[in-house]
Amino acid sequence: MRIIGSVNRTLTLGLVCASMAIVSGCANDKPKAGDAGSGGTSNGTATGTPIVVGEFGSLSGSESTFGTSTDNGLKLAVNQINAAGGIDGHPLTVKVYDDEGKPDSALTVVQRLINQDKPIAIVGEVASKLSIQAAPACNAAKVPMISPSSTNPKVTQIGPYIFRVCFIDPFQGTAAAKFAVNTLKAKRAAIMTDQQNDYSTGLTKFFTQSFTQQGGTIVANPSYTKDDLDFHSQLANIKALNPDVIYVPGYYGQVGPIAKQARQLGITVPLLGGDGWDSPKLVEGAGGAGQALEGSYFTNHSSMENPDPAIQNFVKAFKAANSNGEPDALAALGYDAGQVLADSIKRAGKPADGDYTSEAYRTKLRDAIAATKDFPGATGKITIGADRNAVKPAVVLQVKGAAFKYVTTVNP
Amino acid sequence: MHQFTEQLLFGIQLGSIYALIALGYTMVYGVLKLINFAHGDVYMVGAYGGLGAAFLVGTWLPSHHIFTAGLPSPIGAVLVLLCAMAICALLGLVIEQAAYRPLRTRAWIAPAIVLGAAAAYIAYSIAADANRNPASCVAIALIVWGAIAWILKTSQSRRTATVSPRLTALITAIGVSLFLENFANLKSIFTPDPRFFPTIVNIPDPARHIPRTVSVLGVDVSLETMLIFGLSLALMAILTFIVTRTKIGKAIRAVSYDADAAALMGINTDRVISFTFMLGAVLAGAAGVMVTSLTGTAINPYIGVPFGLKAFVAAVIGGIGNIPGATLGGLIMGIAEIMVVAYGSYIGVPDTYRDAVAFFLLILILLVRPSGLLGKFAPEKV
Repeated sequence: MRIIGSVNRTLTLGLVCASMAIVSGCANDKPKAGDAGSGGTSNGTATGTPIVVGEFGSLSGSESTFGTSTDNGLKLAVNQINAAGGIDGHPLTVKVYDDEGKPDSALTVVQRLINQDKPIAIVGEVASKLSIQAAPACNAAKVPMISPSSTNPKVTQIGPYIFRVCFIDPFQGTAAAKFAVNTLKAKRAAIMTDQQNDYSTGLTKFFTQSFTQQGGTIVANPSYTKDDLDFHSQLANIKALNPDVIYVPGYYGQVGPIAKQARQLGITVPLLGGDGWDSPKLVEGAGGAGQALEGSYFTNHSSMENPDPAIQNFVKAFKAANSNGEPDALAALGYDAGQVLADSIKRAGKPADGDYTSEAYRTKLRDAIAATKDFPGATGKITIGADRNAVKPAVVLQVKGAAFKYVTTVNP
Repeated sequence: MHQFTEQLLFGIQLGSIYALIALGYTMVYGVLKLINFAHGDVYMVGAYGGLGAAFLVGTWLPSHHIFTAGLPSPIGAVLVLLCAMAICALLGLVIEQAAYRPLRTRAWIAPAIVLGAAAAYIAYSIAADANRNPASCVAIALIVWGAIAWILKTSQSRRTATVSPRLTALITAIGVSLFLENFANLKSIFTPDPRFFPTIVNIPDPARHIPRTVSVLGVDVSLETMLIFGLSLALMAILTFIVTRTKIGKAIRAVSYDADAAALMGINTDRVISFTFMLGAVLAGAAGVMVTSLTGTAINPYIGVPFGLKAFVAAVIGGIGNIPGATLGGLIMGIAEIMVVAYGSYIGVPDTYRDAVAFFLLILILLVRPSGLLGKFAPEKV
């Protein structure tokens, strides 16, 4: 009886494990694998064996608009490239995995991409924290990784195979500080930092440096974490110190509630932020359009109002492809990451043995990405610098109603 | 001094939310000696329920401008709160009836499901290997399953103890919690994406920058803070009334004192337990709506986890099973957390240590009073 019991128990355990494996396997396979590839089949010019581009992003979770925007942008780029004949007749196909905004699953899905899907290169992530988690795996496997919009300097410092098509935080933090001093005439600033987020701590550091260099004072720098619900205490301390501006370099999920609680306490000074604010959900969290965030500013990669034809063509194509959905800067950067990658593959030339994923070819591709110069992207001209970062201007946007209005451009 | 009072009020605001959730933990522990780990997730469902109700109310009562700023809509807000509380009451009832009651009354059910499924699978495989047709394979599997369940049921009823050990209920509670979180996480249910409450009570007009404040102890406090504090206080008063002045309250106290004796006195203990779960769930649901609508924080399937954990600690600090203790524990936790954020830096404690300090407080209090501040110290009966 005992033996049967234990056999049963072992079997049950096995069954449970097996069913969990099946369920989780299904769940992981689900995220629209190769959606973009199917777009490539409609043209008829690109008919060769597809070249796989890996992508990981937060398609769900608390930063889900980051991942979905980037994904839509990248797919638009891939579809355009395939419609124009692909790369030497090979269509590009995107294999995308959802990391739910969690550092551990970012690493897991990237390892899975590298080992199982054999991509030519990998595009991702938006959040610096997640890029920093996954980049060492790409670098070790010598798979070029292009982050569309991770701005923390540490990301590309991980190794020679890690690139980005956006500016970095020392510049973004400086741009915000310059704007605060020159346009808002701020002398005293308070900063609210998400202490567990590399992006937020990085921006805090560079904003502080630049702001104090220009003669300003940081009067308070309290911190919060992603799980916090109550920011009253920090905000009350800030209010007592009477700053001219409050810098909140966080993600949209927390910025809305922080703004709302700040206004509840009677804080009337403008809030200032970074590209982590760039989400259609931002104003929703602040009580909706015209509420707590009205009139606040943030630095971003590009403005969709820019009349530059490169940007307007992208906006038009994006709206056509996404049933009139408005693109944000993260979508534009996803698009640029795809375009820069395709351009680099073309410049790297055809592999002699026809294998786009061999180590020799990926090294060649790496060099081609590093040599990108003045590429006309949807977020401006992209030149990859010596430290594998793109050098680009930043724009300052103002929250007006549910829209982000262009205010000014800050050049590097 | 002025600023200290202000911070103290924020502490009380946060603490009264912890207290509301802690009451659910403490009451269920009182009647069942069970830590209901799914309680934090009831808070989460309450927030979603309120959000759904807000959209429905916004559609039904457009004249109340639930979504427009500047116009308070007391009727809409009250309806939203009541809807969320009703949803949570139902959820509390379902959790108790579906997950915990079978463990108390029919202990054979859990092994019957697990062992039966395994045996049925083996039977199915054997039958399938013998090339029988699929329908008869399924039939054989079901017969085996039924037989296992019957054997377990009859063997169980012959024993004297038909109640599963307390640990089983505890693990079931963790299971229910995980189920609720992951169920809410599904793409077809709530999805993991954050959602935000529309404005129910108006906030200061940002164009004119006039905060809507109430003066308390010489401090201007926002309307939202006062609402959270006032509503919590009212709910706790109603709870106290129910527990101390009504017949069902008397029954709850009797069951928590001695369940077996209460049953012998003619009290329907199962009904009392169900009612206690509903009462706790209602308070958690109200807390969920109040926090997410008034402080504007995001709603996602995991918001119940940190809140549930801290409320549980609050209940333990106050002495689990003791109703005033839960309120006291909640207030201590809330005030301690806010004080760390506000003044911790003066004594070298960074404000990121707010949770650490709260849990350190737990250890400290349990070292001095192992049964909590208001808990009764009773030696185990042998």
